[in-house]
Amino acid sequence: MAIEVRNLNVWYGRSQALHDITLTIESQGATAIIGPSGCGKSTFVRCLNRMHEEIAGGRVEGEVLVEGINIYERSIQPVYVRRHIGMVFQRPNPLPTRSIFENVAIGLRLNGLARGDALKEIVERSLTQAALWDEVKDRLNESAGQLSGGQQQRLCIARALAIEPKIILMDEPASALDPISTFQIEDLMRELRKTYPVVIVTHNMQQAARVAEKTVFFLQGRLIEQGETGKFFSRPQKKETEDYISGRFS
Amino acid sequence: MSITVEQQQPTANPFQAPRTAHNARRRISNIAIVALSLLATAFAVAVLLFLLLYVLRAGLPYINLDLFTKIPTPNGEPGGGLANSIQGSLILVGLASLFGIPLGLFTGIYLSEFGGRGPIATGVRFLVDVLTGIPTIIFGLFAWIFIVVPQQSFSGLAGGVALGIIMIPIVARTSEVVLRLVPNELREASLALGATESRTILRVVIPSARNGIITGIVLAMARVAGETAPLLMTAFGNPFFNSDITQPMDALPLRIFNFAESPYQAQINQAYAGSLVLIVLILITSFAIRWATGGFKHGGR
Amino acid sequence: MQQSLPGTRNVARLLRWGNRRLSDTIFRGITILLVLFVVAIVAGVAWILISNSMPAIQKFGFRFLTNQAFDPVHNVFGVGPAIFGTLVTSAFAILFAIPIGVGTAIFLVDFCPRPIQSPLAFIVELLAAVPSVIYGLFGFLVLAPWLQGSAEPWLQKYLGFLPFFQGAFHGLSLFTAGVILVIMVLPLITSVSREVILTTPTTQREALLALGATRWEVIRHAVLPYSRIGITGGVILALGRALGETMAVTMVVGNQASPISPGLFNSGYTLASVIANQFNEATPGLFFSAVIEAGLLVFIITLITNIIARVLIYRMGHRVGGLAT
Repeated sequence: MAIEVRNLNVWYGRSQALHDITLTIESQGATAIIGPSGCGKSTFVRCLNRMHEEIAGGRVEGEVLVEGINIYERSIQPVYVRRHIGMVFQRPNPLPTRSIFENVAIGLRLNGLARGDALKEIVERSLTQAALWDEVKDRLNESAGQLSGGQQQRLCIARALAIEPKIILMDEPASALDPISTFQIEDLMRELRKTYPVVIVTHNMQQAARVAEKTVFFLQGRLIEQGETGKFFSRPQKKETEDYISGRFS
Repeated sequence: MSITVEQQQPTANPFQAPRTAHNARRRISNIAIVALSLLATAFAVAVLLFLLLYVLRAGLPYINLDLFTKIPTPNGEPGGGLANSIQGSLILVGLASLFGIPLGLFTGIYLSEFGGRGPIATGVRFLVDVLTGIPTIIFGLFAWIFIVVPQQSFSGLAGGVALGIIMIPIVARTSEVVLRLVPNELREASLALGATESRTILRVVIPSARNGIITGIVLAMARVAGETAPLLMTAFGNPFFNSDITQPMDALPLRIFNFAESPYQAQINQAYAGSLVLIVLILITSFAIRWATGGFKHGGR
Repeated sequence: MQQSLPGTRNVARLLRWGNRRLSDTIFRGITILLVLFVVAIVAGVAWILISNSMPAIQKFGFRFLTNQAFDPVHNVFGVGPAIFGTLVTSAFAILFAIPIGVGTAIFLVDFCPRPIQSPLAFIVELLAAVPSVIYGLFGFLVLAPWLQGSAEPWLQKYLGFLPFFQGAFHGLSLFTAGVILVIMVLPLITSVSREVILTTPTTQREALLALGATRWEVIRHAVLPYSRIGITGGVILALGRALGETMAVTMVVGNQASPISPGLFNSGYTLASVIANQFNEATPGLFFSAVIEAGLLVFIITLITNIIARVLIYRMGHRVGGLAT
């Protein structure tokens, strides 16, 4: 499996956001994390690439094993964890002062992974993977700020793909986008899950059903239920899950 | 499950830093920036501490009751004090406040309560901001030409006016900021109860922002208490007690300026003592303001 | 319920509480009157400076900027050396204050342990609250002798190939004035930079962090590009401050004419120090007018730098406040 989470407890300062989470993410396919606002799903995902500790008062206890290695091990620097675990955020965040090309290239440059022609090839390949190449191939040097919301998000996906992460994390990647862009992103997710383990946080249950093979339900910082998506939605085992699915609370 | 030989062999930990020159450089530049920025901060803090401690050490021995009760002795004879300078400063700051507080406060009121985001208000706001950047000696020149020259005499009045102008933008800016922080719901409630605009502002809005406004005023007063340049050609200085604002008047910063370059050690000592008094005043007001604005972010009551 | 614009007037308009009483009109009238008075003062300052400089402007024209001295005997006045001194000391101050100031801001925001961040920032701001006459006192009595005895010889010994560090050592010199100015504008640059850096959107930082960027790389690629404009505004604001600083500079710059040369260890003077030194000697007429014209120049220079700076800072979307500004 790609990720094994063991007894994860997470705090913001004094208040505990996640309680004793134990979970595995398969090494292929998409896993959706659903739950009402404030249930801790974003927090959880940010613990998978050691982003949570960048927040003031953020604290993590427990183990997160990626390919058998605990990424929270003392000797491991977060910088090299994040390089291997890509993330796409809720609001598209390309670097506005840079060109489209530079936005994709920056991860490669920072990590010293490619230069010159090899760099250009990888940028093209990543933009193609993100289904954006045709739309931008003639204006690679334009500022990234010129793109539409959906295009910017695909740019961010291309940026993440360029450095060949082992895992892709997506924190509500389509929630700030219009419906058409949302469908495009969902198409992309279905493509990506063929080659990468993808973890998607979403508040949209239909999206989870469309995109993920496995679904996990969080409520108030606890893992309530997880399972194969079809069974999860048609025959939920816990009452809380059923309540949430049927819309009793959201 | 069985463990094959391949799995047993420790695979290179992909999360360890790759040992490349590139990564070594990244590590170095990261450390370098932390070190350099720390150094910069340490420099700034060290300079301040050194300055404060030096003035403390040089001035403290000469702080005594005489300093606050006697006037300077002629020709650097030992003894004497800075009483006239302190009295002059008090009078000048008082005068400046009479002039600067109403003008500054009402400008702040205008910008917050009447002007909003209109073009005129934006212009006034910009003007106020620009005013803070004008060197204070310019206002001294203004008062010199406007008051001193026609009167043919240096005067405390001219000094007070110059200092008052300096206070205006400080009071205006801080007042506007705190008045804006008063929640609109308060204004709506007051008006809905039938109060007039003026009543709302005077009885509801301003009292809510009272702490912040006082903070701004204290800030402005402390600021002008330390000003020297505008007083050079207005109040001019006076080695004797004088509370007549139509005559030249002394002020603590003026006296410090005067004594700092004196050939007499006794006067230099008093310059340090005077500086210490001034610095203590500034420190107290700075800390008080900070303490006051600490509870300030919760809404300005 | 729609969000009403701030301010009593706008709320009142919205609620259509139209019965404007007499008290309202009076209050509003007083307020506007006082605001007009403030505007009049600013205009008055400009007017008085211009009109009183006229005699000198008419007599000397642009030569005022190149004439070498205030010479009441021959009735020739000029601020050439003063302008030179002003530019040199201010440039020196900005040159060194930028790395120290921005460096401090970066440390405070990105590297400083959170509990001491605010107190430390406050301490740096305190530097701005110290009256300039005290900087002058310190400069005159402590810094100048030390620089003359230790720093200047050291600089000449190791960097003497640079024309800046050649020539005789003076404690009261352009160099000392420059050093004092560095200290005085430091808190301004730090304060503005810090405020601007704090507004860097977290999303930008996160974008880089997620790619495996180091702290420095996040600063370099997300924070600084974003903050560039605001920091530049702060620098220009600091420049304005340095150009107009009077007391501290007057007390340490030497106030003696030296031939204009790159040597920093020479004495000199600045526009502001000329005013401070000459106003009392000024006989009515041309001399007086020349002093005022020097003041007019200072006014114009600082006005322009201030306007440019504020525009840049506004572009970042906020006005800066705090002790230092």
